Amino acid sequence: MPGQEHAKPQRRDEEPPEAPEAPPAPPAGAAVKEGLSDDIDSVLDEIDGVLEANAEEFVRGFVQKGGQ
Amino acid sequence: MTVRRIMGLETEYGISVPGDPLANPMFLSGQVVSVYAAAHGIRSNQSSWDYAFEDPLRDARGWQIDRQSADPSQLTDLDDPSLANVVLPNGARYYVDHAHPEYSSPEVTLPRDAVRWDRAGDAIALESVRLLAERPGQAPVNLYKNNADGKGQSYGTHENYLMPRRTPFPDIIRHLIPFFVTRQVVCGAGRVGLGVDSRGAGFQVSQRADFFETEVGLETTLKRPIINTRDEPHAVADRYRRLHVIIGDANHLDVASLLKVGTTSLVLGMIEDGHLRGDWSIRRPVAALQAVSHDPTLSAHVELADGRTMTALDVQWMYLEAARSWLDARGDDPEPEATAEVMELWEDVLGRLGRDVMTCSGLLDWVTKLELLEGYRSRDGLAWDDHRLAAIDIQWADVRPEKGLVHRLRDRGRTRDLIDPEAIREARETPPEDTRAWFRGTCVKRFSGQVFSASWDSVVFDVPGRTSLQRVPILEPERGTRAQVGSLLEESEDVVALLHGLATPED
Repeated sequence: MPGQEHAKPQRRDEEPPEAPEAPPAPPAGAAVKEGLSDDIDSVLDEIDGVLEANAEEFVRGFVQKGGQ
Repeated sequence: MTVRRIMGLETEYGISVPGDPLANPMFLSGQVVSVYAAAHGIRSNQSSWDYAFEDPLRDARGWQIDRQSADPSQLTDLDDPSLANVVLPNGARYYVDHAHPEYSSPEVTLPRDAVRWDRAGDAIALESVRLLAERPGQAPVNLYKNNADGKGQSYGTHENYLMPRRTPFPDIIRHLIPFFVTRQVVCGAGRVGLGVDSRGAGFQVSQRADFFETEVGLETTLKRPIINTRDEPHAVADRYRRLHVIIGDANHLDVASLLKVGTTSLVLGMIEDGHLRGDWSIRRPVAALQAVSHDPTLSAHVELADGRTMTALDVQWMYLEAARSWLDARGDDPEPEATAEVMELWEDVLGRLGRDVMTCSGLLDWVTKLELLEGYRSRDGLAWDDHRLAAIDIQWADVRPEKGLVHRLRDRGRTRDLIDPEAIREARETPPEDTRAWFRGTCVKRFSGQVFSASWDSVVFDVPGRTSLQRVPILEPERGTRAQVGSLLEESEDVVALLHGLATPED
């Protein structure tokens, strides 16, 4: 089928294809907030209320046997 | 020319008792399944699954391995009296697979229905957890829809796609590997930790990528292959193969889940039709799979066999463009709206990922999870090896609405849902109408006392007054639909009448 062998696919979005992609992963402990929704703080506030109190113990206790 | 095909999703749920990491997961999984079965009046014992046609050691490449040389974990058809294994009224199988409760959805034909009956499985898992919690003296059992424990273990979410037997398996391998290496940017579920035991700090796109070791193989629990060759069609073997896909992640978000099955079905259609003629083979695909997963910026490049290098997103665009030309060339789609929905969402999501990954929050699991984690990192200055981030990753997948973080985001309207909650509730009890699941599930619902056992391709009745069991094969996945047998099932007062009706030639 002709048209399948081109190296660069035809992207049908409005933006230039080489526009900068997502911000690079920030270094540990220095997260950037760019790109996150404006109301993320209120989401975090709610989630604080349901998170397991002792994260380390919770993580250590989550042990699975292998499956498929 | 269509997204339509017989397909289904299987989910092995993570299981744990808070504060008791040594609790026996096989016993607990058996409790999860049997408490649900008991509450719904469904028989639950070792003979309720009919294993007669199961053949897990048959290989799609054409040989069969010797049972004695198989690892015990590959022997999935052995009876074990301690393990519950039932067919549900919605046509699904709910059972204990290794050390996890597994829900295998009924056969559906459209991606939306795959999502719907998969979400019904989550609702069934939740109900099982609730029922156990109500038992006096019972330690609470929690279920998690994820695929890794961060200690080195993984458990699967599998997809099944029916394909014509005539499609050469080497074509499937060649064209699917590049697709599977790269589709995680759409349907990955995201994971905190790098490496099978999360010893590296960081976030990656996929739950499963680190657990794959080879390109093609029969195993599912060790040396996991990108293409699994288990050849157990659960249908007329001369006509069909069931492609058993083990490389996917468990999805919570409807858009990601729809695209996982929808785009895969389209790619299989192109392979079947001979539409993919180029060679997009990726060099060292297992390493590429992991490199793509380990780069949430999506800038990692893979190298094609012909020397080109491109991102995972570029490869996905190639498949999307090929699908468009395939669909444009053929006007015979029986489900044009379902196909158009998948194509539009696929293009929308790839466009968003190219512009700004975070614009896929609420659409894709890994991005939605990453946004939440980055929110915590930003607010509290957490490093990627902080236990709180690992805890969020696990709690993300808790099936309970009050604890599961996906549920919390959904309740705040932060996810784009495709399936109406009422449709999910109904799908717990009701089979899809357009496959043999209608016959299977409705038999379980209507004639529970006389269904001796059932499986993907049979229903076996214990008929009052008959000495031998009556087995009804259902080897054609599109036979046994509501249109075909709905009125017979409704009108039959009992199993005798049903069997008589089935044996009577149609008009």
